Amino acid sequence: MKLETLKELNAERAARRPVIVVTDTANGEQRLVKAKDFAADPLHAELAKALRMGKSTNVEVGGKKLFLNVYAPTAKLVIIGAVHISQALAPLARSLDYDVTVVDPRTAFASPERFPDVPLIAEWPDVALPPLNVDHYTAFVAVTHDPKIDDPALLHAFERDCFYIGALGSRKTHAKRAERLRAQGAKESDIARIHAPIGLDIGAVSPSEIAVAIMGEITATLRLPPKEKEVAA
Amino acid sequence: MLNRDEDILKAAEDWQKAGHGVALATVVETWGSAPRPAGSSLVINDEGTFLGSVSGGCVEGAVVTEALDVISSGQPRMLEFGVADETAWNVGLSCGGTIRVFVEKVG
Repeated sequence: MKLETLKELNAERAARRPVIVVTDTANGEQRLVKAKDFAADPLHAELAKALRMGKSTNVEVGGKKLFLNVYAPTAKLVIIGAVHISQALAPLARSLDYDVTVVDPRTAFASPERFPDVPLIAEWPDVALPPLNVDHYTAFVAVTHDPKIDDPALLHAFERDCFYIGALGSRKTHAKRAERLRAQGAKESDIARIHAPIGLDIGAVSPSEIAVAIMGEITATLRLPPKEKEVAA
Repeated sequence: MLNRDEDILKAAEDWQKAGHGVALATVVETWGSAPRPAGSSLVINDEGTFLGSVSGGCVEGAVVTEALDVISSGQPRMLEFGVADETAWNVGLSCGGTIRVFVEKVG
């Protein structure tokens, strides 16, 4: 690997931007492809799939055997609300290798006794969120049921283009939330990105089951091809 | 799963900048019950210091030896370790899997 390539690779990794290094293992020829350049690349389908699966793989193209080495950032999960569901969701997400942070300004909820091993920020979203560097590789879940806390957090998630945004509440609750967010200037396309009611429909009842439904939905969003592409195929 | 090799590649860059010869060994293919997935890597410098893992300890010794050759020759090479391979028994990939490891010089 050329030093220039290695430097570029490390810079992209530090910036939490995904890259794939393509190596012709017969002769060592190598190139680095940034995620933003995938669409224009001759290998775009292979690159997109490898990145979505987070899996390094071999492909044969025009008689050449190429190794695609995927460098994807560690996914983060930000949970707004140190509630009962979060107590189940945080350890589950950690077992799936997410970097988890729980945010809740209500100190009675955000106590280390309730969340022994999870980074916990007992601040309002406007203070807690900016230092977390919420980005595209972040799943964002708002479960306080309190608009004063959930709404500004969701606006932040829109701004940072999180790959998954979910919010707790029935269809009725969500319709009211959509109205409030619209009044605060949120775009329809952003509001449409909120998964609400949150989680896959698996008939979840207990907080732990709701946590499973949420992690199932996050996993599906991370790993499955986007819907419009499925239809086109 | 998503998190791996975090500091290893940075170490490779730092070693190279400090004037060391450096090689990068990467698992490119696995069959059977290989201990580390494709994409796992090991970085080696010209003093034989290494970081990371390609097999959880089974074949690192052999990879480091080959890597030192690659650092001096500059030519990349592909290594294969598995139960069907006499030398693999010697270095002990006893888990029953087979792995291919691509070794290249950095710089």
